[in-house]
Amino acid sequence: MKRRDFLKNSIMVIAGASVPLSALQMVDPKEILAQNPDIHWAFLIDTHTCVGCGFCVKACKIENDVPLEANVSRTWVERYVFTKDDRRYIDSPNAALHGYTDPRIDQGIAGMVDIDPENVGKAFFVPKLCNQCLTPPCTQVCPVGATYKTDDGVVLVDKKWCIGCGYCVMACPYAARFFHPVTHVPDKCTFCYHRIHQGLETACVNACPFEARKLCNIRDVNDPVTRIIMTDRVGILKDEFGTRPQAFYIGLATEVR
Amino acid sequence: MKNHVWRPLFVVIAIVAGILTFRFFYVPNDFGSGKYGFMYSYHRASNVGEWKAIEPKYRDTGRQHLHEYCLDCHAGTISIRSEDMHGMISCENCHGPALDHPNEPQKLLIDRSRDLCLRCHTHLPYTTSERKRIPGINPQEHNPGMSCVDCHDPHNPRLEDM
Ligand code: HEC
Ligand code: HEC
Ligand code: HEC
Ligand code: HEC
Repeated sequence: MKRRDFLKNSIMVIAGASVPLSALQMVDPKEILAQNPDIHWAFLIDTHTCVGCGFCVKACKIENDVPLEANVSRTWVERYVFTKDDRRYIDSPNAALHGYTDPRIDQGIAGMVDIDPENVGKAFFVPKLCNQCLTPPCTQVCPVGATYKTDDGVVLVDKKWCIGCGYCVMACPYAARFFHPVTHVPDKCTFCYHRIHQGLETACVNACPFEARKLCNIRDVNDPVTRIIMTDRVGILKDEFGTRPQAFYIGLATEVR
Repeated sequence: MKNHVWRPLFVVIAIVAGILTFRFFYVPNDFGSGKYGFMYSYHRASNVGEWKAIEPKYRDTGRQHLHEYCLDCHAGTISIRSEDMHGMISCENCHGPALDHPNEPQKLLIDRSRDLCLRCHTHLPYTTSERKRIPGINPQEHNPGMSCVDCHDPHNPRLEDM
């Protein structure tokens, strides 16, 4: 055999042997998807329909054992009131746990501000929660690997491993994290991880009578909520931070951050 | 080499070895990174299971047809209009979590406070928000001091049916 033929033949043999058996079978993408469903949780918030009743906050706190009267919460509702003479007021008394039962705006140490009903130009409510960012700053700063992004896209805290340094609380641009008054480690919205894995909705989605909150698997194009995210004009918070939030807002105003 | 070099070197080596042995036993061996790499998902793998194992407290409104489920037993005492008005409010919003009811808790909470209703029915002059759709009252003027459910039926608040 010539040297040239030998090389040719051996290349053929190697190439043939390296084609795996599976590559010769016809593949049905649907079948593969069903075998390992690719899940990535995302959230859709409709700021048009929220009335600020605060049932979501109440349900969240009870479901996730966050003390009701402590002034911290995994989710909260903000009220925005813009007056006709172009003043902007924002408040969220006690995370809106009891809803908005007062037309006055709570401005902290400045006290309660009265607004003339005739002067109210634009007013709306915005529910907020952890954005479960694709590139979360909070997990980057953890020195011990106690907070992390799961494969299905939720950011969790390992309460046993956490040393309580609080870097993640400071790193979150959305102020979604807080120190839990009982466990003394950072706590945050988990999209009710224990519920969504049993096929249940999150507590806040269930509690909302006006369907302002919705959870979806953003990889599933047949999910009606995913459809809305893909086709409607939705916004995200603080895009310029590069955190790539997975909570999408319908009717987002630029004043909401 | 001289003794004065070796001795501190031994101490350093012993310390490093000590730290490494401690680390070997202290760090759980399921530590690793997931799909999002070392930067975002370096974690203890078993923690995901710990989160999944938490018991839920609320039932699922939509998928479990909450109204029908509750009315299986309670249709005798209450009649709720599921199709309009308060029909869209989950029973558990007003009565608390009910996953194992009627076993545990045997009786659900009944909240007759004005605050429960005022969450939605306080009059706020916000014509641009969905809030305008809900009839609002001024809590200081609308029968102060009385419980709302003394006059209104929380399950069927229609004024005609009062
Ligand atoms: C399997 C039957 C059953 C189902 C289903 C059920 N309950 Fe009950 N419920 C009971 C029983 C039994 C009691 C105790 C009644 C008593 O002791 O007077 C009770 C008590 C209550 C009470 C307190 C009544 C009172 O007079 O103190 C409330 C409120 C209540 N249930 C709400 C609900 C809600 C909301 C649901 C749906 C999530 C629900 N129940 C589903 C059987 C049921
Ligand atoms: C808007 C809040 C609200 C919602 C929503 C609501 N309830 Fe009630 N429920 C009340 C209040 C307030 C009372 C006490 C009524 C009273 O004292 O007359 C009550 C009383 C009851 C009682 C006790 C009745 C009695 O006379 O013993 C039952 C049972 C009950 N509710 C079941 C339900 C079920 C089932 C649902 C869902 C289909 C539901 N409730 C939804 C507020 C609510
Ligand atoms: C989650 C918000 C919410 C809560 C809490 C709530 N309601 Fe309502 N209520 C509504 C909505 C929405 C309507 C219906 C508006 C419509 O479709 O016209 C309504 C309507 C009413 C009406 C007017 C009925 C009519 O015929 O005009 C009364 C009275 C009323 N509710 C009383 C109550 C009482 C009493 C409570 C407390 C037990 C209560 N509501 C709690 C949302 C709420
Ligand atoms: C003394 C009985 C009584 C009490 C207590 C009472 N209401 Fe009423 N409510 C009425 C009557 C009567 C009407 C209908 C006449 C009217 O519009 O004033 C009414 C009307 C309403 C309406 C409809 C207003 C509209 O413009 O359509 C709402 C909403 C309402 N009540 C909510 C409440 C809430 C919330 C509470 C508790 C904070 C409450 N009511 C307490 C008797 C009462």
